[in-house]
Amino acid sequence: MSVLKDQGKKPMVRVEGAIVKGLFFCCAIVSILTTIGILITLIYQAMSFFSEISLWDFLTGTRWTPILKPRAYGVLPLLSGTVMVTVIAALVALPIGLMTAIFLSEYAPEKIRKIIKPLLEILAGIPTVVYGYFALTFLTPQLQNIFDDLIIFNALSAGIVMGVMIIPMVSSLSEDAMIAVPRNLKDGAYALGATRYEVSTRIVVPAALSGIVAAFILALSRAVGETMLVTIAAGATPRMGFNPMESIQTMTAYIVQLSLGEAPVGSLEYNTIFAVGLLLFCMTLVMNLLGFWVVRRFREEY
Amino acid sequence: MVPQNDTTRINLSPRRKFRKILGAFFYTIFLLSVCVGIIGLAILLFDVLTKGIPWLSWHFITEYPSRHPEEAGLFSALMGTIWLMVLTAIFTVPVGVGAAIYLEEYAPRNFFTRFIEINVANLAGVPSIVYGLLGLALFVYLMDMGRSILAGSLTLSLLVLPIVILASRESIRAVPNSYRQAAYAMGADQWQVIKGVVLPSAVPGILTGTILAMSRAIGEAAPVIAISALVYLTFIPAHPMERFTVLPIQIFNWVSRPQEEFRGLAAAGIIVLLVILLSMNSIAVFLRNRYQIRSEE
Repeated sequence: MSVLKDQGKKPMVRVEGAIVKGLFFCCAIVSILTTIGILITLIYQAMSFFSEISLWDFLTGTRWTPILKPRAYGVLPLLSGTVMVTVIAALVALPIGLMTAIFLSEYAPEKIRKIIKPLLEILAGIPTVVYGYFALTFLTPQLQNIFDDLIIFNALSAGIVMGVMIIPMVSSLSEDAMIAVPRNLKDGAYALGATRYEVSTRIVVPAALSGIVAAFILALSRAVGETMLVTIAAGATPRMGFNPMESIQTMTAYIVQLSLGEAPVGSLEYNTIFAVGLLLFCMTLVMNLLGFWVVRRFREEY
Repeated sequence: MVPQNDTTRINLSPRRKFRKILGAFFYTIFLLSVCVGIIGLAILLFDVLTKGIPWLSWHFITEYPSRHPEEAGLFSALMGTIWLMVLTAIFTVPVGVGAAIYLEEYAPRNFFTRFIEINVANLAGVPSIVYGLLGLALFVYLMDMGRSILAGSLTLSLLVLPIVILASRESIRAVPNSYRQAAYAMGADQWQVIKGVVLPSAVPGILTGTILAMSRAIGEAAPVIAISALVYLTFIPAHPMERFTVLPIQIFNWVSRPQEEFRGLAAAGIIVLLVILLSMNSIAVFLRNRYQIRSEE
């Protein structure tokens, strides 16, 4: 073994050990540098945006027309688009994801679990462009048969498909929390004559609640940051209001729309994507930290 | 610890029959909700296959994009994806594995280590388009790499780094402590233990994590669009400083066109992308299973 070969050259080995330790430490620091890099680039570029447009106008303005005259830089239309798609996705993914998790952790025999879990993993691994294609070319025409006033690009179809897309995330994170619920709690309830349904909903779900809530929050954060699906299927019309039948634009879709055209560096349009990106980053950061905090703070210790 | 009272107190009503029916009812509901995801997957695959297969041909793989749908292919995008994947792997694996070794084997249990861990977890949740903005400002303009493959792969490396770190940590942690102690007992120092014992045992797990991270990277379109923008390429990038496009962007390009023919091309492109992803995932699953059997011995 290499351990034996190295005998007899102790000082060199020690130096080598110290050097690699330093190298590995640098590798670990890369992740912190990434976060700092994200913060600095977003804030720096957004600052040049906010030197021309006031932060207040940006956050409270109700018109977003940065490339058309008259130009207006109110982010609320993009924000409302993001919120609407996320809410629709949540309505689909949270109940279905939670029930899937209950089924997998409490009902399904090992054999079925071994089939379903990899299938859900495939669902989670499909690129979001594919979901966008699916929403635009399959679901939207189907929905148009039901709703007459549905526009080709609409928030409804994008939201539903996004919901299906994040089901695996909700279900696998919730299931992890449910599996951690100790056996004896469940056995106690079964011994009292509870049915499987009663054990699931009154023992397992309450005991795993912190993990489930965290799963919800993290999945929603994923939905807020989701980009290609909404770019393809939800349209490019920044619009206030919450009508899911109409074309909207999310924050992420706006960034892509502008990136496609190679806006000249340093221009106000170029800086808008960083201002929007900063807002997006802050929103997902708050949600992610909230998710981690919920798990740590409200975890039931057994 | 005893859980709070309200979670343990079950209100068992005496109506046995009603409760049984309720249970059966919800069993059906739970089962149906599982089916939503699976059926969604099935419809998606079926839809893509039926629309895409007529457009699949050898010609489609080896031709450049074109304004005429029947002549169009995705060769430049396929090559761009391969370039990007190889470079991303070269950048990510050493750094990701190094960070994982530091966190698992060297790091003291203190505030700073905890901070790095939270930071890695949080980076995994940052939207991919934000990485695109970072890459655009940092690599493309500040470091003056231009809209090149290099800038794109560095951006994707940062994006998938948390995945590689988390997967590598898990497989390093799974190496039994007795292995390490045996090596220490033979007089090895920490680096020798890591090099000679820990890493060789952790390699399959690290490889699995890396493959999964790469399959995430080649499916990403948003950050790559921020770097490469939408280009029409009729050449194969010859070196990392050239412009490029990738499969997801080519698919996006075709989907965004209103004509039915381009939708068919998009579906065919999706089939190619999914075949690549599924084969990578199968390799990862195969490695994982092999590794699990070995560690049980």
